[in-house]
Amino acid sequence: MHYNLSMRTINYRQIVDAVAELTGACCGLTCSCKAVLERALDRESNGAARYAIGELLKNAELAERERLPVCQDTGLAIFFVQLGQDVHIEGGSLYAAIDEGVRVGYKSNGCRASVLDPITRVNTTDNTPASVHVELAEGDEMKIEFLAKGFGSENMSRLYMLTPSDGIEGIERAVLDAVSRAGSKPCPPIVVGVGIGGAADSAMTLAKKQLLREVGEHSDDETLRELEISLLQKINALGIGAQGFGGCNTALAVHIGKLPTHIAGLPVAVNIQCNAVRVARTIL
Amino acid sequence: MKKLTVPFDRRDILDLRAGDRVLLSGVIYTGRDAAHKRLDLLISSGERLPIDIVGATIYYVGPCVMGDKITSAGPTTSSRMDKYAPRFYDKGVLATIGKGDRSDEVYASIAKNKCVYFAAIGGAGATYANCIKSFEVAAYADLGTEAIYKLTVEDMPLIVAIDSFGGSIYRR
Repeated sequence: MHYNLSMRTINYRQIVDAVAELTGACCGLTCSCKAVLERALDRESNGAARYAIGELLKNAELAERERLPVCQDTGLAIFFVQLGQDVHIEGGSLYAAIDEGVRVGYKSNGCRASVLDPITRVNTTDNTPASVHVELAEGDEMKIEFLAKGFGSENMSRLYMLTPSDGIEGIERAVLDAVSRAGSKPCPPIVVGVGIGGAADSAMTLAKKQLLREVGEHSDDETLRELEISLLQKINALGIGAQGFGGCNTALAVHIGKLPTHIAGLPVAVNIQCNAVRVARTIL
Repeated sequence: MKKLTVPFDRRDILDLRAGDRVLLSGVIYTGRDAAHKRLDLLISSGERLPIDIVGATIYYVGPCVMGDKITSAGPTTSSRMDKYAPRFYDKGVLATIGKGDRSDEVYASIAKNKCVYFAAIGGAGATYANCIKSFEVAAYADLGTEAIYKLTVEDMPLIVAIDSFGGSIYRR
């Protein structure tokens, strides 16, 4: 037997504690979310929309001060884990540790149990199981990213299986269609996550992963960056506005990612994030 | 900013116009997908409802509850209750509170019954929790957050989204 002595051990308990701490993100908004909401307020002239954005900022301040969930929909707990291949997990499974962390964290933060069986509709009462995506990475660290994803926005997700001839114009049409159909329902101003390429499943996951970015942080890819900027302008010209009350703030940002795809296809997935961006990350 | 108290005088409702800001106080009931489904089944079979919905205000919310405290209680997407709302307005509900636009059928029902739909600010859960002065489960405790809670609220900030004439903040 040959043992790789460079394996690093991470204990089950360490993961539970880290996850429980990450769920504290439900009691506030990310700094980048607050910053873009403040900019949105500055440029908004529609009275009702201004009122709504102002209330959202006041609410975030109240939630952080009194440690209350910013929104009662504390979401399906979604995790993206980058697991270094030189990590050995000891004391239990990664999935069990994440669920235990969610169980403990959601309860101690006064969050909601929103998870149930899709057919019987019987609630699991502790917001588990979490939705966990694991990717292997090089090295001996474990990076855990948490997204509390409410379903008012998640229900507005769409997948467009475009064909190659649709091109960039087709991609823009698809995103604008998804945002228009969502209208006032996903709690605008929204962040629009877009996944281009891959296959049906990977495009959807890619779209969701874009929501982990700091709000307004552009893609490194020049073409995607330009598309993000042009789509944001077009979305904000739709006039849906904050809460659907009108005005120029339907979206705070558009985040786009791409994956290689098949010669016959052009999948475009749209995953919408509501105004309450609750994301946190840690590295073990 | 208008101050309104539940139970409503019908005249209060007729005076409201889409876009008006309101501070609502009084006793309201929560209800979302699962509770609506159960109430609707009871109405269909002609059975007695566990709450009196005549003159009632229904808030579409599934609150976060921690022991004896509601920690967050903002609105959920109203359109999921559109299937039930016309029947509820017909049976005497005077106001619903939620977020987002409603179906044409709900508009027609609101105008016909001279009722109202208020928008609460979606995402402002902590703010609304602080407006709740007391609460108790009124029905369906087994549904957890989806149970029907009786809330006593004070100065809950709302916007008139669809008024009793069918005027709308969404369809300008």
